[in-house]
Amino acid sequence: MWDYTEKVMEHFYNPRNQGVIEATNEPGIATVFGEVGSIACGDALRLHLKIEVDTDKILDSRFQTFGCTSAIASSSALTEMIKGLTLDEALKVSNQDIANFLGGLPEEKMHCSVMGKEALEAAIFKYRGIEIEHHEEDEGALVCSCYGVSDNRIRRIIIENNLTTAEQVTSYVKAGGGCGSCLVDIEDILFAIQQEKEATAARITAEVGLNPTHPLTTVQKIALIQAVLQEVRPVLLADGGDVDLYDLEGNVVKVILKGACGSCESSMATLKNAIEVRIKERVSPSLVVEAVE
Amino acid sequence: MNPVIYLDNNATTKVDPEVLEAMLPYLTEYYGNPSSMHRFGGQVSKALKHARFQVASLLGAEESEIIFTSCGTEGNNAAIRAALAAQPDRKHLITTQVEHACVLNLFKQLEKQGYTVTYLSVNRKGQVDLMELEAAMTGNTALVSMMYANNETGTVFPVEQAGAIAKEYGATFHVDAVQVAGKLPLNMKTSVIDLMTISGHKLHAPKGVGALFVRRGFRFRPLLIGGHQERGRRAGTENVAGIIGLGKAAELAQEHLADIPQEKKLRDRLEKGILATIPDCEVNGDPQNRLPNTTNIGFKYIEGEAILLSLDKFGVCASSGSACTSGSLEPSHVLRAMGLPYTTLHGSIRFSLSRYTTTVEIDRVLEILPDIIERLRVMSPFNSDDAEWLKGREEVTTATA
Repeated sequence: MWDYTEKVMEHFYNPRNQGVIEATNEPGIATVFGEVGSIACGDALRLHLKIEVDTDKILDSRFQTFGCTSAIASSSALTEMIKGLTLDEALKVSNQDIANFLGGLPEEKMHCSVMGKEALEAAIFKYRGIEIEHHEEDEGALVCSCYGVSDNRIRRIIIENNLTTAEQVTSYVKAGGGCGSCLVDIEDILFAIQQEKEATAARITAEVGLNPTHPLTTVQKIALIQAVLQEVRPVLLADGGDVDLYDLEGNVVKVILKGACGSCESSMATLKNAIEVRIKERVSPSLVVEAVE
Repeated sequence: MNPVIYLDNNATTKVDPEVLEAMLPYLTEYYGNPSSMHRFGGQVSKALKHARFQVASLLGAEESEIIFTSCGTEGNNAAIRAALAAQPDRKHLITTQVEHACVLNLFKQLEKQGYTVTYLSVNRKGQVDLMELEAAMTGNTALVSMMYANNETGTVFPVEQAGAIAKEYGATFHVDAVQVAGKLPLNMKTSVIDLMTISGHKLHAPKGVGALFVRRGFRFRPLLIGGHQERGRRAGTENVAGIIGLGKAAELAQEHLADIPQEKKLRDRLEKGILATIPDCEVNGDPQNRLPNTTNIGFKYIEGEAILLSLDKFGVCASSGSACTSGSLEPSHVLRAMGLPYTTLHGSIRFSLSRYTTTVEIDRVLEILPDIIERLRVMSPFNSDDAEWLKGREEVTTATA
């Protein structure tokens, strides 16, 4: 039996905000829903949002879920977490946040939290008129044909969640969980990402001429930040966007988001999760990331 | 906490109190080694002999045809290895797509070692086609290994007919009867089966003991090499208490065969009750050829693990072939081999009864289940087979699967 937390069980037995949000004629109010998964995959989520148009605020959020205990609990948790947030704020909610809200999920069940995040993105992109097919992984090569997962999506989930093994990738996006024939390809992607990371780090160390006994100079910091941006760039490019370093003011790293990233608010989550975590880890824990227009 | 309503007897069973009572002295007073030359050990040896007699009686076999093992998995592994050793020149093996993992995974490994394996398909009812078996047989076939009844659906295979075909081609015929012993009458004297596996904990004996029937005259090579226990066919000091327990359980199982119609009645009461009160569900398996204690029901549009945990809240124990219960992401290989649609595949629940199951328990399940199913269905975005969203995706996934 799975080791579910009490909070998971509580949300499963007493789910919050279950149901649909009917379309409304109320002025200034919009409704939208986003869908992920399928009955074939064994789980699916349709997330409904009621949005105040002027403020971009989520007034109400409801879910319909086909899935296991943790899928239902994750959906319930997500609706609780995003009510009252603006769409931009909601897009910062990561799958890890959903899992944390529930006191954690078994690793094999992390894909339930990923499903929550993806349904939320689907709903908001739909509301904003962004074609999700062009936004997301569908342009990449299909790696897992059992679950229809592309290399871009796998890269993204690896980089965003700092995954290191193929089993983790399977737990997060199901890729490799069917016939298993793509596990080797997933290993290759993991290896390639690791290589990119090491190569960039080594190159920068050489270029910058780091001296471990001295605090970093501003020039060195900038070089290291550039290296981190270089690492996450492929993920953004896959989404049709790009990122550039604009300035470093004290502890604030200012970046410019380009192309689809400028309008695509999921980049905000990417910023926090991928760029900032890495910059804090690799350059200095005191740095924060801000996007500038 | 609700009292437990245990409807998962194909997974394991409760140890019968009489079985435990028979075992206890062999864990306390009579701790001698049956191989010892003193009377203290000798009396244990006598008790083992009696247990062998009890198991042989249940199977309709001779005492010398019974080898005690540690479990069904060991029995199946030993039987399959022995069959290969008996005809080392033959490199083709036949089994079905719906076997237990301990058979399927062994065959997969044997494939890597150079054997060719034919995995017989099953139809929508989970039934094999004897014509397919006949067509697969060659003079190079060393073994046909087939379960007597499937653990998930309860579908009973025509083993005697299959065995007759195997024998025609000089192949060994092994049967995994783990789910059958104690549920259907067995008589090895009139059977064509060469090797047959049973497991103690499926018939109210404890876990950690089983038996393998080896037809007299079969050239059996042991899996475990060592001392002379089990006449050299399974080395290792005997699990004395377990074996005594299995013996007693076999004796009781034989007595209780008379109660099987009652068990079947309860199963049917459960099945009919569910079908009558809950829409959009169907029975998986072969209603005509089925274990009397098993029903597998697919509840459309909802997911099995969620059903199980909802039942668990009321103390009801069942099991599911859904992906989420296994940790493998893939739903049960048995239900997939049957070609069930995804709409029912993920929401399939197995209820398996025992002689301890009561009418009150069945009625309690029938009382709570409709609300459980309804609650999850209200939550689900799916509610019909025609939903466009679902249709397109099902096609895509079936095509790539």
